[in-house]
Amino acid sequence: MELTGAEILVRCLKDEGVEYVFGYPGGAVLHIYDALYRQEEVKHILVRHEQGATHAADGYARSTGRPGVVLVTSGPGATNAITGIATAHMDSIPMVVITGQVKTTAIGSDAFQEVDSVGITRPCVKHNFLVKDVKDLATTIKKAFYLATTGRPGPVVVDVPKDVTAQRTEYSYPQEVSIRSYNPVLKGHPGQIRKAVDLMLTAKKPMLYTGGGVILSGAQDALTEMTRMLGFPITQTLMGLGAYPATDPQSLGMLGMHGTYEANMAMHHCDVLVAIGARFDDRVVGEVKYFCPEAQIIHIDIDPSSISKSVKVHVPIVGDVNHVVKDMIRLIKEDKRRPDPVAPMQRLTQWWDQINAWRSVNCLKYDRNSALIKPQYVLETLYRLTEGEAYVTSDVGQHQMWAAQFYKFDKPLRWINSGGLGTMGFGLPAAMGVQLAHPDATVACVTGEASIQMCIQELSTCRQYGLPIKVINLNNRYMGMVRQWQEFFYEGRYAMSYMDALPDFVKLAESYGHVGMCIEKPADVEPALREALKLKDRLVFMDFITDQTENVYPMIAQGKGHHEMHLSPDRELA
Amino acid sequence: MRHIISILLENEAGALSRVAGLFSARGYNIESLTVAATEDPSLSRMTLVTRGSEEVVEQITKQLNKLVDVVKLLDLTEGPHIEREMMLIKLRATGEAREELKRLVDIFRAHIIDVTASTYIVELTGAGSKLDAFIQAVEANSIVETVRSGVSGIARGEKSLHL
Repeated sequence: MELTGAEILVRCLKDEGVEYVFGYPGGAVLHIYDALYRQEEVKHILVRHEQGATHAADGYARSTGRPGVVLVTSGPGATNAITGIATAHMDSIPMVVITGQVKTTAIGSDAFQEVDSVGITRPCVKHNFLVKDVKDLATTIKKAFYLATTGRPGPVVVDVPKDVTAQRTEYSYPQEVSIRSYNPVLKGHPGQIRKAVDLMLTAKKPMLYTGGGVILSGAQDALTEMTRMLGFPITQTLMGLGAYPATDPQSLGMLGMHGTYEANMAMHHCDVLVAIGARFDDRVVGEVKYFCPEAQIIHIDIDPSSISKSVKVHVPIVGDVNHVVKDMIRLIKEDKRRPDPVAPMQRLTQWWDQINAWRSVNCLKYDRNSALIKPQYVLETLYRLTEGEAYVTSDVGQHQMWAAQFYKFDKPLRWINSGGLGTMGFGLPAAMGVQLAHPDATVACVTGEASIQMCIQELSTCRQYGLPIKVINLNNRYMGMVRQWQEFFYEGRYAMSYMDALPDFVKLAESYGHVGMCIEKPADVEPALREALKLKDRLVFMDFITDQTENVYPMIAQGKGHHEMHLSPDRELA
Repeated sequence: MRHIISILLENEAGALSRVAGLFSARGYNIESLTVAATEDPSLSRMTLVTRGSEEVVEQITKQLNKLVDVVKLLDLTEGPHIEREMMLIKLRATGEAREELKRLVDIFRAHIIDVTASTYIVELTGAGSKLDAFIQAVEANSIVETVRSGVSGIARGEKSLHL
C-alpha cells in the first residue's frame, strides 16, 4: 500500500522504537502532525518553544542512552531549535531533529517561513539531510538514526519539504543501512592497548581521567572493574560524573577549573595519565603548557580527531571505550604484574598517602554557620534526602558547579547538564525529557533565577503533561558566575550581572498550576525539601534566597595550571 | 608547511560547503581548492592546498575524515607527486611587445590561444611556482587579467586515491 511522506515519517519513528517526539507544529509540518494525530504509538509532547523541544529530547537521550527525537516547522521553528542542537552536538548526544521545509518548488525563493536549515545547522550537527524525493525518506530516516547513535554520537537534522510529506510511495523500513564513508572503529589496536597496559602496570603515580565518552559507550561497569582491579585514583570531567561511583574511596571527584584540589594536584603530579572518553577540554586542562608535566599520556577515544587536538598524547587508542577497557581488563588479568586482587592499592601506598594529604585540605569546605542560605548546603541536603538516587538536571553557572561538586553521583545517566556549550535555559526542558523517560523517579532541576527565565515557559508544558519536577532555584539575584568573574577579574564592576525586577517565583509557579515555595532561612531548607519531595505528583518550584556573595571554590584561573588552585579568599595554598 | 590534500567526496549537494565550512569554522587556511566530478558519477575529487604546522595538518585531515561526505583522502605531500595548475592570462599586446611576449610564451612552453589587435590570451600549465614566474616575467602593466584554476595533484607511481 502506498503511504504519504507524512505517514511514512511517522511509521519510521514507530519502527525505530521512538516513544516520544518533542515538538511544535507549524505550516510546513501540518501533514506530519496530521499523521501523528491518526495513530497512538508515537506520543508527541507539545513544548512552548522549540528550544525546549530540543533540550527535552536531549534530557531524554542523556538519561536513557536512546536517541531523542524532535519535530519542528520550517523557518523560525528550525532557528529556535539551533541552540538545543548545538548543545547536543557539543556533548555528543544522539538526537534526530526533523525540520519542516517549504515545498521543493519554493526552496530558494525566500518563501514564507523559509530558511536554509541544512545550511544553518551544518556547523552544529554530526550530519544533515534534505529529502527531495519521498522515495528517499525512509532510508534517510534510517541513516539519521544510524549516524546519531553510532560512533561518536551526535544530532542529525533531516529537513523535509512539505510537498515530500504529501507525495505517496510504497513503505518499507530498511533493517540495516550502511554508509560507505562512515565506519566507526570499535576495537582498539591490540599493540597500542598492550603498550598502554605496560605503562599502567609499571606506573608509580597513575591517574585515570574519564569523561562523557564512558557514559555514551555504556562502559561504566568495565571502567569500575578496571579501576578497582588497578587500585588507581580516578577523576571525572563534568560530563563523566556518575560513570564511576563518586562515593568510592578511589574517586577524587571532578577535575578542572572548579574540580577538587586532590584531583587537580594528582593530575599535575601523575606519571601515567589514562584519559578515557574525555576530550581535554579547556576548562579541564587549564593552561596546556602546565598540563600533566611528568606524565606519559594514554588516550582512548572513538573520535580520532579528539586525539592530540589540544594536548599531545603518547599512546593514542582509537576505539569504543567499552571495547578497549574490556580488552585492557583481559590483558591485566593475564599479567604477572597485576596488582594484588585483595589490596590493589597497596602497591601505590606512597601515591595514595600523597593524595590523601591533598584530600585532607577539604577543598569543598564552606561556612556552615552562616545566617544566609548557602547554595552548597541546599545541594548537600538535596543529595542526602534523595539518597543520591535523583536525576539531576542543571542550568549553567555557579549552581551547575555546586551541583557537580555536592551531589555525589554513583550511577551514570543521572547527571544531565550542558557541559560543552554551557546553555542557560537547558535545565527545565531537559528535566521534562528525563521525567517522561523515568515517570517514577525524582527529577530535580538545579537552576538559578537567571537561567530558569531563559526557558521558563516550559512550566506550562510541565503542567500539561503532569511532570512532577522539583525545581531548585538558587536565587542570588545575580548571574552568579558572571558576578564571580567580575569580582575577581574586573575589580568588582558588576556590569549587567544583577537581576533586577525578578518575578515572584511562588506566584509564577502557582499561576502555571504548580506549587511554589520561597525559602529564606537555612533552618527551613531541609523541612521545605522534605515537603517538596513528598509531593510526588506535583511540580514544586522552590525559590531559595541564597547568599549573594558566595563564590565557587576551589578555582583555577584562566591561564593557570592544575597546581595553581585557589581555595577561597582566606585559604590560599602554595 | 604547504600540504596538498586530495579528497574523494560524495558527489552530493552541500558536500563542498561542508568542507569549506569546516575550514572557516576551525580557522584553517585554504590556499586553493578545486573540485570536479570523476569517472564515477557518485564521486567528486577535490584538491585542497593548505598551510600549517604538522599538528594543524594532522587535525585538518582528521576533521576532513570525520565529515560523512568524505569517502577517502590522501595527503599528496607525504610522497612523490605531481601538481599542476592552469592559468589563463590576458595580456596587453601592441607594437614591439607582441614579439617580446611571443618569445616569453615559447620560453615558458605556454600557448597563445586568443589573439586580437591589442591583446593575447596565454594558457600556461605547471606547478604554481612556474605560473608565478611567468607573471613576474611579464611587465605588470601589460596584465589585463589572470585566472588560475588552483592546484590539481596526483601521486606518482602505484600509489593512488580510489575506492
